[in-house]
Amino acid sequence: MSEAFLTEMLPILAGGTAHTQSLGFVLDKVRDDRVTLRAPYRPDLVGDPQTHVLAGGLVTTMLDHVGGLAVWVRMQEFRPIATLDLRVDYMRPARPNEDLLAEARCYRLTKSIAFIRAWAFETSPDDPVAAAQGAYVLTGDGADQIGANLKTGTRAAGAKA
Amino acid sequence: MSTLLDTLPYARFLGLQSLMEGDDLIVVMPFADHLIGNPMLPALHGGSTAALLEFTAVAQVALAYPRLSLPRPIDVTISYLRSGKPVDTLASARISRAGRRVAHVLAEAWQGDASHPIASLTANFLLMDDNA
Repeated sequence: MSEAFLTEMLPILAGGTAHTQSLGFVLDKVRDDRVTLRAPYRPDLVGDPQTHVLAGGLVTTMLDHVGGLAVWVRMQEFRPIATLDLRVDYMRPARPNEDLLAEARCYRLTKSIAFIRAWAFETSPDDPVAAAQGAYVLTGDGADQIGANLKTGTRAAGAKA
Repeated sequence: MSTLLDTLPYARFLGLQSLMEGDDLIVVMPFADHLIGNPMLPALHGGSTAALLEFTAVAQVALAYPRLSLPRPIDVTISYLRSGKPVDTLASARISRAGRRVAHVLAEAWQGDASHPIASLTANFLLMDDNA
């Protein structure tokens, strides 16, 4: 894997755009095909002020984002992707005042779709706050166009000029 | 209902506002730069849209069951249908079924044209008594 991609590009992809920067996301680590993202605890990211638990929507955002990072780690480069769908199971509330981590792995990559599994936790993925699975579409080169997965010729035959 | 979302820190972080159209609750996420996930398109972060949908579902359940403490998500599935443009996003939710313990909710988010949603949510929430 390109060292520059991991050390220079991936931290920017993890926390360098407007939304992730405003949420305080930072790249925690990459080990083989697993990537971990960290969100430091902040009171303004809480969902229910009575419990001080981080919002479900924030956990979903972390899992969506770390899933994307896992796709890039698997591809060993940056290419445009978009989340197609994401399912999140919430096992338990996150512990107040503790950083939240999210780890993901892209376990299958095809020409047009990437499949990920991800977990959110404070200390270990064995004790998860939430677990997710998602599918991402590779949007570069028109891969998200209708019929893009069909062989050339098949697609042209069905299309009107 | 505007008071509920105003009291939830992450809903405030996203700038969510709610309004009633008849009996229907609509939640608005006004465009803001900090919601952007892809600066090249530019497009909203999928997480911004997901959180909008989830808060809309929470607010709809809280509206229907005002005595219960806030519903907790059990599982949430988000489908992304279109790229979120850098404009205001609206969302509404419908409770498909609410039993004693669990409410099943569908929600959609759109920009401009409600018949062209940018994302949809299917979720189950745990309903809890105040003293639970």
